[in-house]
Amino acid sequence: MYIIVVGGGKVGYYLTKTLVNEGYEVLLIERNPQKVETFSERFGAVVMLGDGAEAATQQRAGAARADVVIAATGEDEDNLVICQVAKKMFQVGHVIARVNNPKNEEIFKRLGIDTTVSVTNIILSYIEQNLPDRPIAHLITLSHSDLAIVEASVTDRSPYAGRTLSEVALPPDVAVSAIIRGDDLLIPRPETRLQPGDDVIALTHRSSEDELRAALSH
Amino acid sequence: MKVVILGCGRVGSTLARSLDREGHTVTVIDRNQQQFQRLGADFRGQTVRGTGIDEDILRQAGIEGADVFVAVTNGDNTSIMASQIAREVFEVPHVITRVYDPVREELYRSLGLDTVSPTTTMSGIIANKITSGGGG
Repeated sequence: MYIIVVGGGKVGYYLTKTLVNEGYEVLLIERNPQKVETFSERFGAVVMLGDGAEAATQQRAGAARADVVIAATGEDEDNLVICQVAKKMFQVGHVIARVNNPKNEEIFKRLGIDTTVSVTNIILSYIEQNLPDRPIAHLITLSHSDLAIVEASVTDRSPYAGRTLSEVALPPDVAVSAIIRGDDLLIPRPETRLQPGDDVIALTHRSSEDELRAALSH
Repeated sequence: MKVVILGCGRVGSTLARSLDREGHTVTVIDRNQQQFQRLGADFRGQTVRGTGIDEDILRQAGIEGADVFVAVTNGDNTSIMASQIAREVFEVPHVITRVYDPVREELYRSLGLDTVSPTTTMSGIIANKITSGGGG
C-alpha cells in the first residue's frame, strides 16, 4: 500500500514515522526546505519538497498510484484542496483530511472527502461519552450528521417516569430504540412503562436532542 | 443586487467601490482590518473582519441572502474553499472565484465553479501585444 502524507507539522511527522515503522510505503510532502532537509536525514528518501496542493507536485509524488492521500497541514483550506486535487485529478481511492474547525467536517464530507479527522470533535465526543453525571450521551453521530444515537437515564423527576411510551409525548424525530433496566434489555412497545433509572437509547434528530434531554433528565 | 466580496486587496476593494457606486448592496470580508481603508471614506457598504472559510463569518456578512459571492483573496485554496461553502452550503446563485494557479483553475471550473485566472488572462494579453507588434 502506498500512502502520501502532505504537511510536515507534528501530525504529519509522527504519522509518517509510524507508517514507515509499520512497513508501509510512505511519502511525506512538505513545502519548507529546512524541514525537508531535517526529515530527510531522519527518514531517508521518503520526504519530498513541494506544495502538495499543486497538481505538479502530486504528479511527481506519484499520486496516481497512491492508495491513500492524507492532508495533515494546519490549514483547512489547504487540506481540502490537497484532497480534491488527489481525488479528482489523480483518482486516488481514499483521501483523509485533518480538520481544524470542527464545523468543516460536515462541509468536507459534502465536498467529497472520504474521511475527516477533527481533534476537537474527538475530544468533545470523549467528554460526552465518558464523563460522569452526563444527562445525555452521544453514542454515535451518524454519517447523516443531523442524526445521532443518544443514551439518557430517566430521573425520578422526569415527566416520562411511570408512564407508558404510548402516553408520553416524545419530541418530533425521536425513535426510542431500546430501554435498559438493570441488566435487562427491553424492546420498546407502546405499553412499555418507563421507570426512574431506566437507560433510554434513542435515535434522534439533532434539533430534538435538547427537548429529549429535558424530558428524560428533568 | 446583494454582493459579498471576500478579500479587500486591490481587486476586491476596486470591485467593491464600483459596485457600491452603482447602487448595489456590498459587504466586504477581510482578515485584516487595515485593508478596509482601501474602500475610501465614501463607501456605504458593510465590512466584516474575519476568515472567509468560516461559516459564521460568512453568515455575519449576510451571505444567506446574497445574489453574488466573489472570492478574491491572495490564497487560491482559501478562495476555492470559501466559494465551495458559498455554493454548497448557502446556495448562492452566482459564485465567482479568482484562482491564480491555471491548473487548479481548470480543475475547479470543471467541477462547476465560475473561475477567473488572472495568470492565464494576463499572459494572454501580454503575448498578444508582443505578437501583434504594437506599442512603441
